[in-house]
Amino acid sequence: MRLRFPFAMDCGLFTTSYEEDMAILFAPAAKLKVAAIIGCLLLFPLLVGPYYVSVANLMAIAVIGALGLNILVGFTGQISIGHGAFIGVGAYTVGVLTTKLGLSFWAALPLAGLAAAAVGALFGIPSLRLKGLYLAIATLAAQVIIEFTIIHWTSLTGGSAGIVLQPVSLGPYSLANDRVFYYFVLLLVIFAVVFTFNLFRSRVGRAFMAVRDRDIAASVMGINLLRYKVLAFALSSFYAGTAGALLAGYTRVITPENFTIDVSIQYLAMIIIGGLGSVLGSVYGAVFMMLLPIGLRALADFLGTFFPNIEHLLLAMQTALFGLIIILFLIFEPEGLAKLWKDVKNYFRLWPFSY
Amino acid sequence: MFLQLLVTGLVVGSIYALVALGFVLIYKASDCINFAQGEFLLVGAYVALALVVTYQVPFLPAVALTLCFAALLGVLVERLVLRPFIGEPVIAVIMATIGLSSLMRGIIQFIWGTDTRVFPPVFPQTPVQIGEVVVSQVYLWSLGLALLLLIIFALFFKFTITGIVMRAVADDQQAALSMGISVKRVFAITWAIAAVVAAVGGILLGNINGVNSSLAHLGLKVLPVAILGGLDSIPGAVIGGLIIGVLENLAGGYLDPIFGGGVKEVAPFVILVLILLIRPYGLFGKEIIERV
Repeated sequence: MRLRFPFAMDCGLFTTSYEEDMAILFAPAAKLKVAAIIGCLLLFPLLVGPYYVSVANLMAIAVIGALGLNILVGFTGQISIGHGAFIGVGAYTVGVLTTKLGLSFWAALPLAGLAAAAVGALFGIPSLRLKGLYLAIATLAAQVIIEFTIIHWTSLTGGSAGIVLQPVSLGPYSLANDRVFYYFVLLLVIFAVVFTFNLFRSRVGRAFMAVRDRDIAASVMGINLLRYKVLAFALSSFYAGTAGALLAGYTRVITPENFTIDVSIQYLAMIIIGGLGSVLGSVYGAVFMMLLPIGLRALADFLGTFFPNIEHLLLAMQTALFGLIIILFLIFEPEGLAKLWKDVKNYFRLWPFSY
Repeated sequence: MFLQLLVTGLVVGSIYALVALGFVLIYKASDCINFAQGEFLLVGAYVALALVVTYQVPFLPAVALTLCFAALLGVLVERLVLRPFIGEPVIAVIMATIGLSSLMRGIIQFIWGTDTRVFPPVFPQTPVQIGEVVVSQVYLWSLGLALLLLIIFALFFKFTITGIVMRAVADDQQAALSMGISVKRVFAITWAIAAVVAAVGGILLGNINGVNSSLAHLGLKVLPVAILGGLDSIPGAVIGGLIIGVLENLAGGYLDPIFGGGVKEVAPFVILVLILLIRPYGLFGKEIIERV
């Protein structure tokens, strides 16, 4: 690969081998950029207070869940309104395995992913016969049924009281420490993002997209629809289960309220706001949705000094704002923040010839 | 106990049928499901409550005013939220109504808070004894009103011009357009009617259980009803409502001691999964579900 101008992102480049052609990070400047972003992420917890580290941790967990949901909804075209419950399956698997069976968190973490994947695949089986609306309703039923099971199987899940977990430690480092947990979960997020990127360069990922775009054509071309639809459900739920397990390990208290239908809708909002069918969009969306309540609270604190009652108003409006943002994005920018960001970049790249 | 459960189930089922009617109407006219139906229910209940309690309007005029308000709200929602999604993929429409439900819930909670409020007693309080079964009068009134409304709608669809036009749009939007029918207007009417039916359901349920935000969950609970009957069948909504109402009450009555309560909430959804697996188009729906 030859390079004429080292600071240009994508001009003067040509590839001479297949490997170079398939590289994710095509230009040297892109490699630098990614290295810089990862460097910033690594330094982040050392520079800010513990509150922001804990926010970042929750954000990172949400990124994993949103990535999973985007695989299902954005890339395979199957709506799930039951993702909150799948996350709950992961969290409760960890809770039950560590408290009842005395397994270590590290053994329970992959098992939580697998348990959620199994449950997800089970509820994904109707997807062979159902599409769109009907599938959405089927996953809604999954949400309600799983929630009911969690609340009423008291001997296993502790009912509405929930489960309290022991602190998790990694060798000499305790994961109860926000900063240590940050590095651990950051590692997982990077792995999840890279894996998802590569998934859609692989045979399986392309099959997912074929199912989304034209399932009958995909079927004609030899894609086994049942297998790939259920696989999408399983994979997506595996991410969800992992996110749930991490949430359990991090907060150390799991109760049914953490996995209601509102959580499912929140995750759907993340991927819509971030961008359906975009890997980085899932990241943007998760970050945006986690920052929204914090931003609102900051705004409420700020305005509260002038208008004493506005704090109550803004916090009550949080639900409404979620809904409003979903609708506005769907109407005005269906491709989400990922597209907006691309537009901004293109504007500057092409400036002053923006036509 | 069986008879008691059966009768309660029938009564609750008739209200389900009423709310499911809203789903069916919207599905028939625009091929999408309104996940915000529960919030429409809640708005109806709260507006009527506010009129009766805060502004001291007598019950019947208050109900009439509420229905007018609901109709306006339905038209407004169709115009502002749903219209940009004509011709968009179903995923977008579903998400839009989910967003709408969040939006409406937020506004409702902001205006009316989350405490349970009760209607002042409107219906006579003394329960009625039918054979061995004791039913409170509000249930009977609800049953009567629900059935009355369902009959009115059935006649409306069968005999009035508007009803026929709505059926035409449901059948084939493009053909209807080419015959000079304004599909947009039909959509507006549909959403208005759906909001009105939901409001009636909300007022009736509010009289039975009091009004709080959990009423909105009923909007989702009625989904199994609509699916069981067939999403595009009005008689299906009625029969589905009665069946689900009865099954839910029986399941609650007999299984609650085993599972420790709450079976009523989940039973319709278990039935829903079974229906979707066995007969996704429901009892009376058209078999147009695409299978690949």
